[in-house]
Amino acid sequence: MTTSFLAQLRDALPLAVRKMSPKALIDAPVMLVVWAGAALTTVACLVTPSVFAVSITLWLWGTVFLAAMSEAIAEGRGRAQAAALRALREDLSARLLGEGDERIVPASQLRPGDVVRVSAGQVIPADGDVIDGAATVDESAVTGESAPVIRESGGDRSSVTGGTRVLSDQIDVRVTAASGESFVDRMIALVEGAERTRTPNEIALGILLSALTLVFLVVVALLPAMSEGAGGGAIPLVTLVALLVCLIPTTIGALLPAIGIAGMNRLLARNVLATSGRAVEAAGDVDVLLLDKTGTITLGDRQARRLIPAGDEREEDLARAARLASLADHTPEGRSIVTLVDGLTGDAAVAPADAIVVPFSATTRMSGVDIPGPAGMSVRKGAASAVRAWAGGDLPRDVDDAVRRVSREGATALVVARRLTDRPVEVMGVIALEDIVKEGLPARFAEVRAMGISTVMATGDNLLTAQAIGRQAGIDDVLAEATPEDKIARIRHEQSAGRLVAMTGDGTNDAPALAQADVGVAMNSGTAAAKEAASMVDLDSDPSKLIDIVDVGKRLLVTRGALTTFSIANDVAKYFAILPALFAATIPGLASLNIMGLATPESAVLSAVIFNALVIVALVPLALRGARFRPASADVLLRRNLLTYGLGGLIAPFVGIALIDLVVRHIPGIGA
Amino acid sequence: MTDLIGVAVLVGLLALLQWPLGTLLARAATSTRHLRVERAVYRVVGVAPDAQQSTRSYAGAVVAFSTLGVVLLTAILLMNRALPFSEGTAGMGFAGALSTAISFVTNTNWQWYSGEVALGYTAQAAGLTVQNFLSAAVGIAVAFVLVRALAAHRSATLGNFWVDITRITVRVLLPIAAVSAVLLIAGGVIQTLADPTTVTGVTGAAQTLPGGPVATQEAIKQLGTNGGGFFNANAAHPFENPTAWTNLLSMVLMLAIPFSLPRALGLILGNRRQGYAVLGAMTTLWVASAGLLIWAEHAAGGLAPTAAGAALEGKETRFGLTASALYAASTTGTSTGSVNAMHDSLTAPGGLIASASMGLGEIAPGGVGSGLYGMLVIAILAVFLAGLMVGRTPEIYGKRIRAAAMTRVALYTVATPVLVLAGFAATMAIPSLHSAVTQDGAHGVSSALYAYLSAGNNNGSAFGSFDSSGTPQLLLMGAVMLLGRFLPMLLVISLAGVLAREPRVPAGAGTMRTDGPLFTVLLVGVAVVVALLTYAPALALGPIAESLA
Repeated sequence: MTTSFLAQLRDALPLAVRKMSPKALIDAPVMLVVWAGAALTTVACLVTPSVFAVSITLWLWGTVFLAAMSEAIAEGRGRAQAAALRALREDLSARLLGEGDERIVPASQLRPGDVVRVSAGQVIPADGDVIDGAATVDESAVTGESAPVIRESGGDRSSVTGGTRVLSDQIDVRVTAASGESFVDRMIALVEGAERTRTPNEIALGILLSALTLVFLVVVALLPAMSEGAGGGAIPLVTLVALLVCLIPTTIGALLPAIGIAGMNRLLARNVLATSGRAVEAAGDVDVLLLDKTGTITLGDRQARRLIPAGDEREEDLARAARLASLADHTPEGRSIVTLVDGLTGDAAVAPADAIVVPFSATTRMSGVDIPGPAGMSVRKGAASAVRAWAGGDLPRDVDDAVRRVSREGATALVVARRLTDRPVEVMGVIALEDIVKEGLPARFAEVRAMGISTVMATGDNLLTAQAIGRQAGIDDVLAEATPEDKIARIRHEQSAGRLVAMTGDGTNDAPALAQADVGVAMNSGTAAAKEAASMVDLDSDPSKLIDIVDVGKRLLVTRGALTTFSIANDVAKYFAILPALFAATIPGLASLNIMGLATPESAVLSAVIFNALVIVALVPLALRGARFRPASADVLLRRNLLTYGLGGLIAPFVGIALIDLVVRHIPGIGA
Repeated sequence: MTDLIGVAVLVGLLALLQWPLGTLLARAATSTRHLRVERAVYRVVGVAPDAQQSTRSYAGAVVAFSTLGVVLLTAILLMNRALPFSEGTAGMGFAGALSTAISFVTNTNWQWYSGEVALGYTAQAAGLTVQNFLSAAVGIAVAFVLVRALAAHRSATLGNFWVDITRITVRVLLPIAAVSAVLLIAGGVIQTLADPTTVTGVTGAAQTLPGGPVATQEAIKQLGTNGGGFFNANAAHPFENPTAWTNLLSMVLMLAIPFSLPRALGLILGNRRQGYAVLGAMTTLWVASAGLLIWAEHAAGGLAPTAAGAALEGKETRFGLTASALYAASTTGTSTGSVNAMHDSLTAPGGLIASASMGLGEIAPGGVGSGLYGMLVIAILAVFLAGLMVGRTPEIYGKRIRAAAMTRVALYTVATPVLVLAGFAATMAIPSLHSAVTQDGAHGVSSALYAYLSAGNNNGSAFGSFDSSGTPQLLLMGAVMLLGRFLPMLLVISLAGVLAREPRVPAGAGTMRTDGPLFTVLLVGVAVVVALLTYAPALALGPIAESLA
C-alpha cells in the first residue's frame, strides 16, 4: 500500500461520507435497503443493547460506508485530472477581431462565430476552426502528447482546442463553442462524473437487482409470520436485518457506480474522451469496425517501390521521366518516387530552369512538367485512365497488364508518359506505389475476429487494390472507391441487419457517418464538425485505437456480469450459515446444515455480515481495474468466467465465513 | 429391474413422441392455412382469422376469454343439481364454485371437494372437461406468442389469440385426447353415463360405486397438464388408472406436450439445436427430481416401512414404489397435479423434492405452454447474467435484452414466489386460515407450504391433510391461483410485445451461444439457484426440518 493510495483514501473520505446520505442513495435501491436496515438495528441497539446487536449494527454501517467509499475512490481518480484541466482556462484573454480592428476581451465573453487572432506564445482562448494561417500548436495540456502539431486553415487539420498554446506563426480562429461548453469543459464534467447518466445496460441490471432485493425483502418480511406459525419461534429484528443484507446483492449494488466510473477512467487513461457512458458500453457491443485504409490500416503515405518499363523502353528512360514528372510534386508520394529513382540511377537530373510545373488537378488527374523549346517535351504521370485520355488512345497491352497486375497486388499504378515536340504521346511505363500495412495490425485483427467482430476497410482505391490490401492486413471486407455517402449507406445496411457499427473519422465529410455509427470516434486532429458528431474523441488521433475502445467497453460489461454472478452465487453459502442459526433453538435438526462448523448462532450471523462487507473491499480493485478480458470466442469466455465467478462465488463464502468465524467466536457475547 | 424398464420405456416413448408432436405444434403456431373446421369456428364466433393482434389486444383476449370461462364454469357448478345426469350429487356453494372455476380455468385443478360426491356427470364433462381443454389451449397459446416474438424481426403484432386456441384445440388437443381416451378405455378406464352401481363387497356390506364419463376427462386431464380427477382419489382410483399400462400412458400424456414444445421452439427459430438446449435443461431437472424422489422413497427407514418391506403407505401396490415416485416427480414437474399416490404419505425427503420441483416454477418440463414460457424467462435471466460476462449487451436468439424486457422478466421472477410465500405466511399466521392445517409439527407446515406452492404454480396436487374447504382458504387459494396464472401470463405477453419489436441480430463468434450443453448447464443452475434463494427459509421450516428430524 503506497502513500499515494493512502492519500487517495484520505481525499475520498469526505466525499464518501456525503454519499452515505439516504438522498444520495436514492438511485441505488440495494444500498438504500442496507441503510434502512442499519438504521433499524441502530434503534434496536438503543432499545436492547447487546454485543451482538452492536457488532451487527457497526458492520451494517460499515457496509454502507464501504460502498460509498468505493464510488468516491473511483471518482477521486478523475478529480485530479479535472483540476489540472481547469487550470488551463483560468484568466484567458482573447484578441477579438472586429471590422478592421482588434479588441482584447476575456475568453469567457467569446461567442460561437467570433473570430480571434492567436500568435506564437499565446494560448488559444476557445475551441474553434482555423480560418486563416497555419501554426504549430502544443496540445500537450489536453492530450499529454508533447510533440507539437500543425493546425492550418482548410482541410481536416483545422480544429483547435481552447487551452492549448500556439508555438509558432499566427492563426485566426473562428470560435465554435461558447465558454462553458468547450471541449475542456466537457472533459472536466466527464472526469468529475458530474454528467454521469446511467447507461441502458446499467438500468437493465438495476432492474434485476431491484427485483432480487424485492424478493428477499418479501422473504425476510414474511419470515417472522412463517416461523412463529411453523414452530420456528420468534426471530430477533437484528438477525432478520442481517439476513436481509446478506441476501440482497450488496456486492454488485455497492460496486456498480465504481465500475462505470472506472470504465470511463480507463478510456481516459488511453486518451480517449467519451461523450457518455452509453458510448463506452456500446463499444463493447460493436459487431463491425469500419476503418479508413489510409492512416488506420496503412501508413499514411504510399511509397514508390518499383518501375515497370513498357515494351521496348529502357528502365533508365522511364526513371528519368518519372523523376522529371515528380520533381515539383511535394506530396509524400512524389518525394518517394524521387527517392526511388535516385537510388536506381544515381543520376540527379534537374529540370531546366524554364520548365513549367503542371500541378495535379482534379480535372486532368495528372501532374508533370512542360519543357518548352524544340528539344523540349511534356512529361506526365497519373492514373491509367487519365494518361489514356491524354494519349488519346489505348495504352500498350503490356502496360495495361502491368497496371492490372500492380492493382491486384494492392499497389497503386501510376502510368508515366511523355511527348517530345511534334511527336505522339509515348507511354513509358508504370510506377508501382505500395501501401505499407502498419506493423502488428494483422495480429490485432485476428484478435478482433476472435471476439466476433468483423472489419470493413473503406478506401478510395479501386476494388482490386482494396482487396489486396485487405488480404495483407487481414480485413474481412472492403468498401472500395468509397465516398462518404457509401460509408453511411454501409453503416445503415449493417444496422438494418441489427449490427452495431463503430468507425473513425476526421474530416468534415465524415461527420454524418460518425453520427450515424453507433460508436463514432473522431480524431482530435480532425475538424470541429467531426468531433461534434462523434461519440468519442481520440486525443492521440490514432484510428487503430478503436480496438482498444472495444476492449474497454467489453471489460466494463464483463466486470458488471462477473460481480453480479458472484454476488448472487454468494447467497447459497450465506443461507447455509444463517438458516441453521435462525432456528438453532427451535428446529435443532437444521444444525446438520451448519457444514461450516460455525461456533454459535451469533457468530454465524456476524461472520456472514462481516464477510458480506469485506467482500466489497476485496473486489474494489477488480471493479476499478476491470475483469480480465482476453479476446476469445463467447463460449470460451463464458466457460472461464462462469467457473471463476459462478463456481468461485459459490465456494468463496464458505471458506471466508468459516475463517471469519474462527476469529469472531473469541469475542465475548458472540462466541459463547 | 422391471422398474427400470418402465422408466426406460417412458423416456423412450417421450423421445419418439416429441418429434412429430413438436412439428405439429410448430405448424399450429405458424401455419398460414386454416382447416375447414377452423374456418367454421371462426365464422360462428365472428373472428377474422388473418387479422393480427397487438400486445394489448392479445392480452385483452386472454383476460376476456378466461374471465368468461370463470363466470360460465361457476354458473355450471352452482347449477349442478339442476343439470341432467347429476346423479344426486351435492353441488357447491358460491365460494366453493368460484374457487373451483378459478382452479380449472387457471389449469391448476386444485380440488377441495371429492369429485364423485360433489358433481354430476354434466358438470364434470361439460364444465370441468371443457375447461381442461381451454385452459391448456390458453397456456400453449401464450407460449406460441413468446416463441413467435423471439423469431420475429421488428414486428408490432403477436398473432391472433382466437386462431391460436382454435388450432391448438382442433389440431393438437382433441385428436390426441380422443385417441388416448380410446386407449384408456381399452386399458380398463370406465366410460359411462349409467347410474352408480351398488355391489356387495367381500365383507358382505353393500357399496355404491359411482361411475361416469371418466376416460374422456382422464385423457385431457393428463394431456393438458390439468390434473383434476373425476374421483377424489384421482389417478390412484382403479376406475381412473387401473393398471401399470394406463399408468404409463398417463405419464406419457402429461409429459408429451411439455417435452415437445422445445422442438417447436427450435423449428420456429430455425435452429433445432436451440430447442434441444432447452429440452436438455427440462430433462435434466425432471430426471434429477425423479431420481431423487425414487431414491427417497426406496431409502425410507423407520418401523412401518421396514415391517412392510417398503414405504408403501398411501401408495398403490399395483404401481409399486418406483412408478409412484416417478409419477409424483412428473406430476409436480409438469403442473399437472394428478396423483397416483398420496403425496401426504411420501417420505419427508420425497415431499421435499416434490415441493422443490414445483418451486422451480413448473419448468421441468412444466405445464403445457407455461413450462416453455417459464423456462424461456429463466433463459433470459440466465442470458442476462452470463451475456454480460462475455462482454456484450446480453441477447437471446438474436434479441437484445434491454431494460424493458428485463423489467418484465424481473417481475415474472418476483410474482410467483411472492404469491406463494404470502399465502403460506398468511396460513401460518392467521388462525382462520391455519385451521386448514390438520397435522401437527413440521409435516403440517409442509402441507401448507405444499398447498401454496401448488396453487401459486398452478399445479393442483396437495397433501391430503391440508383441508382447504373453509371459505377463507377457498378465497385465498382462488386469489393465489388466479394471480399465479395470469400475472406471469400477462407479463409474458408484454415481454413478447417488447421482444417482437426488437430486430433479430445475426449470431457471430462474439455472441453467447444458446444452443449448446453449456447453456443447458447454465439454465439448470439459474433455475435451481433462483428457486433455492426464494424458498430456502420456507422449505427449512417444513420439509427440510421434517427430513432432518
